[in-house]
Amino acid sequence: MVHKLNVQNVSYSYHTIEGETAALSDISFTADTGEFIAVVGPSGCGKSTLLSLLSGLARPESGFVLIDGKPAELAKEAIGYMLQKDHLFEWRSILSNAALGLEIQKRLDADSRFRLVQMLKTYGLDQFQDKHPSQLSGGMRQRAALIRTLALNPDLLLLDEPFSALDYQTRLSVCDDISSIIRDTKKTAVLVTHDLSEAISVADRVIILSSRPASVKKIITLSFPPASSQSSGLEHSNVLSPMERRNAPEFSYYFNLIWKELKSDASSSHYAEKS
Amino acid sequence: MPRLLIMLKNLKSKSLIKSCSVSKKAGSFCEASSSLSESACLSPGQQDFLEAELLHKHQVAITRWMLLVLLLALWELAARFSWIDSFIFSSPSMIFQCFCSMAADKSIFLHTGVTLLETIISFFLVVVVSLAAALLLWFSPTLSEILEPYLVILNSLPKSAMAPLLIVWLGNNTKTIIVAAISVALFGSVLTLHTGFSQTDPDKVKLIYSLGGKKWDVLSKVLLPSSVPLIISNMKVNIGLCLVGVIIGEFLSSKAGLGYLITYGSQTFS
Repeated sequence: MVHKLNVQNVSYSYHTIEGETAALSDISFTADTGEFIAVVGPSGCGKSTLLSLLSGLARPESGFVLIDGKPAELAKEAIGYMLQKDHLFEWRSILSNAALGLEIQKRLDADSRFRLVQMLKTYGLDQFQDKHPSQLSGGMRQRAALIRTLALNPDLLLLDEPFSALDYQTRLSVCDDISSIIRDTKKTAVLVTHDLSEAISVADRVIILSSRPASVKKIITLSFPPASSQSSGLEHSNVLSPMERRNAPEFSYYFNLIWKELKSDASSSHYAEKS
Repeated sequence: MPRLLIMLKNLKSKSLIKSCSVSKKAGSFCEASSSLSESACLSPGQQDFLEAELLHKHQVAITRWMLLVLLLALWELAARFSWIDSFIFSSPSMIFQCFCSMAADKSIFLHTGVTLLETIISFFLVVVVSLAAALLLWFSPTLSEILEPYLVILNSLPKSAMAPLLIVWLGNNTKTIIVAAISVALFGSVLTLHTGFSQTDPDKVKLIYSLGGKKWDVLSKVLLPSSVPLIISNMKVNIGLCLVGVIIGEFLSSKAGLGYLITYGSQTFS
């Protein structure tokens, strides 16, 4: 069967006059439809570079990235990319910010506009659609940015630390919101983060990268008990919400496991960067 | 002038019924807002703030006009009592008389009109051409790398020294004046706009590409909208530079315009 996302032996380096910096070395993993993958690794290891390659904005120097069996740069319409900051444009209203992707791809018509307004309503932004980004809170802005991405109806979502710019409390609730949106719509998602607890609270699998040049150190499959339908509140989802996962006994076990993996690497990389 | 009179009247009345008139204005504002929505009247704190704000605005406006009047009066007095040589420094009353006589034979309107027209034409051309050139340089970084030293040199050339050459090349006509004005403003404008364009947030550019956009989308969705303040401030600089360029051009080759008038006046000691 063809994987939704298939990353095979991918390597990538940055080139400058001063020299070459290897960012990724021989990375391989796959993701199937509906899976939520989290990628963690020491800071500066090349996590964001990996997402650029998955999105088709950059091409791997060796190896390949396949989405539904096609090279990533040919499958762009299947990909939704969420950047670290919301990057809403101050000169556009929330509605027109959310419509940006549709506008660029010339898919903005009465029908898609109607669906967009419906989405804003679903995610609690309908009263703010004529407001400008600076009038919204950080969490609302991030939700508006998610709607901008989801409006294009991508199958594969790439999330580049999308909660890192938010304060802790907002972060927990937006993380809850966004992961339930992704679960409900059965999207495949790859989340890059440096926050271990965030990775464990949302993902099905956690990919641990080594320090630069990043290679896959370990892939850990997370298994949590299924949610009882009362506690999740959604009858079609049997996955624990991020908040519930944080309270589950397995959580600290996985946290320690991943922490140890990262730590064994961090000490050596710390010296490598200094020398 | 009528505004000045109103201001002065305000000043007089203010000392007597200052708080009254201000609070009346604040009160009417309050009525207007409550008629729009059914919200309660403004709090005392907000009212105090609005009053203080209004008072401050009036003070600034009045002092501004007073300063002008004071300076003109000082100039006039200095000329009258021969503290300065009125032949060289003139005086406000002499300037006013001269203006009246020129207004009577309508020559001042002719000269001002000519200069204004030349300035507007050259300003319009500078805005269009510099915007197009800056966009072209943004589109092709290689081209901008190649042309950068040339632009810097062209920008730093002394344009007033070049003006006589322009007469030789283009003749003694309006075309020369407009080209002179453009040459003063154009290159700096291109450099400023291009620098601004190349500082566009790279993450916003990345966002456009991640949404499937092309370079054209970056231009129309990010670059131009985010550069509106830059373009406007650049236009403000350009209108001044164009006027300077037009006057330089008129000094050298013209039969009308303010530059011509200045040269004519300085040669006839009028």
